[in-house]
Amino acid sequence: MGKPSFVVVGGGQAGLQICESLRKSGYDGDLTLVAEEATLPYQRPPLSKKFLAGEVEEARLLFRPAPYFEKLDVTVRLGTHASTLDAQGHTLTPSDGSVIGYDKLALTLGARNRPLPCPGGDTVGVHYVRSLEDSRGLALSLAQSQRLAIIGGGFIGLEVAAVAASMGKTVIVIEMQDRLLARVVAPRLSDFYADLHRSHDVVLRLGSAVEKLTSLADGIEVCISGPNGRSAEVVDCVVAGIGVQPNQELAEKAGLTCDGGILVDIHGRTSDPDIVAAGDCTMHDNGFLGRRVRLESVQNAVDQAKVAAGTMLGQEDRYCQVPWFWSDQYDAKLQIAGIGAGHDHAVLRGDVGNAAFTEFYFKAGQLIGADSINRPQDHMACRKLLAQSVPVTAAQIEDPQVDLMQLARQLAQ
Amino acid sequence: MPNVIYRQADGSEQTVDVPVGWSLMEAAVQNDVEGIVAECGGGCACATCHVYIDPAALESLPKINDMEGDMLECTAAERQPTSRLSCQIKMTAELEGLVVNIPDRQT
Repeated sequence: MGKPSFVVVGGGQAGLQICESLRKSGYDGDLTLVAEEATLPYQRPPLSKKFLAGEVEEARLLFRPAPYFEKLDVTVRLGTHASTLDAQGHTLTPSDGSVIGYDKLALTLGARNRPLPCPGGDTVGVHYVRSLEDSRGLALSLAQSQRLAIIGGGFIGLEVAAVAASMGKTVIVIEMQDRLLARVVAPRLSDFYADLHRSHDVVLRLGSAVEKLTSLADGIEVCISGPNGRSAEVVDCVVAGIGVQPNQELAEKAGLTCDGGILVDIHGRTSDPDIVAAGDCTMHDNGFLGRRVRLESVQNAVDQAKVAAGTMLGQEDRYCQVPWFWSDQYDAKLQIAGIGAGHDHAVLRGDVGNAAFTEFYFKAGQLIGADSINRPQDHMACRKLLAQSVPVTAAQIEDPQVDLMQLARQLAQ
Repeated sequence: MPNVIYRQADGSEQTVDVPVGWSLMEAAVQNDVEGIVAECGGGCACATCHVYIDPAALESLPKINDMEGDMLECTAAERQPTSRLSCQIKMTAELEGLVVNIPDRQT
């Protein structure tokens, strides 16, 4: 009998991790990585941060150089769009027509940007930030622009705003909700970020929507409707960061169950026994949260991929890792541990005025997460406390004499 | 190009050419040096690129800033006076021949 053949579709963080985990676990069959982009797997976080700011060259974005994939014995097919998946027939057909057969398949297809729905959204040359190509293009445009409109006050929008404002550009952020990062942080953090950006002269238009974009001879007109009525701004560059949608179409057409992402169980398994999925494209059963969720983060991509790779090899690992995330804007390093949404009690540690504080979140007396600004020890302690399900009280958090890291280490033993 | 010697807990060594300006973490990851995980890709946000610097060379490194100092309290392997986060140390010509010891665990 010939060697097994495993195929990974999607050349991002999760796809690379699956390949690495398979080989590390001793898988010695054929392994192919099919990637749509023309570049080897690379880091996305710097695309809206250091790379955009011109502080890091492209070569340093790659996770691994080309020889690494030869050493790992992975056949990498770049610039290859996977058109059709035949789950029954166990074949994948790329757009060039050459059929790839597989015994086990991993879908790490990622997500794509939601396009701006307003008139003009598809004609004025709006910049999105997802791929290396996007970021290169935006960096060029930034260099030639003085005024920017950023549509979307989420992480992408705010990180780009921070880069642009630091370059001395005039920045206007337009956000539909009445506060920044409304989906992901509590009001205290939203306020902190609003103050932070305003202190760098970023104009925030909250509770506002873009009605229309129009190309002019000398720029782009952005029509905004907000709490105070309608207004128009003329800018040189428009960036949109209004969320992503999971790339589930390949799976959907193949008959796999999808619902706001490719549905996978706690082992990373799709509705097909020979297909797993991991990363931004999945709606998954999250062991830590105890519910089904779609997470968009490096941590999720990496940890889900590790579990999914195990599942391809017949192991039954469960995806229970504590979610964590970070964002860098100006001198503020935000680190998120767990998920604070749905909390009924919040406890502050540190000093908001000094931009060094953590808000810890409790629900029914249990610690569920924490958002830290420039307090990495709080963040790491929280991650450990959550990972080990260490019982900790709000009083202990509130007491600055309590060393949380030590508490986490002691109680974990 | 200056080089760095990465030494594993078992004593095995790898000599790696490191371009000036690259961090010790990046050079390790790009050259398949085992044991430096770097979960956050160099953002001083995860403490999984922890290394022990050869004591003789400690003085010639840039000082530990507050953020790195705080993160060093969170390493999996015990923090020593020689502990640094390799993502925070940029290669210079003066660091030629630097010996970097890799702890037995990062998580």
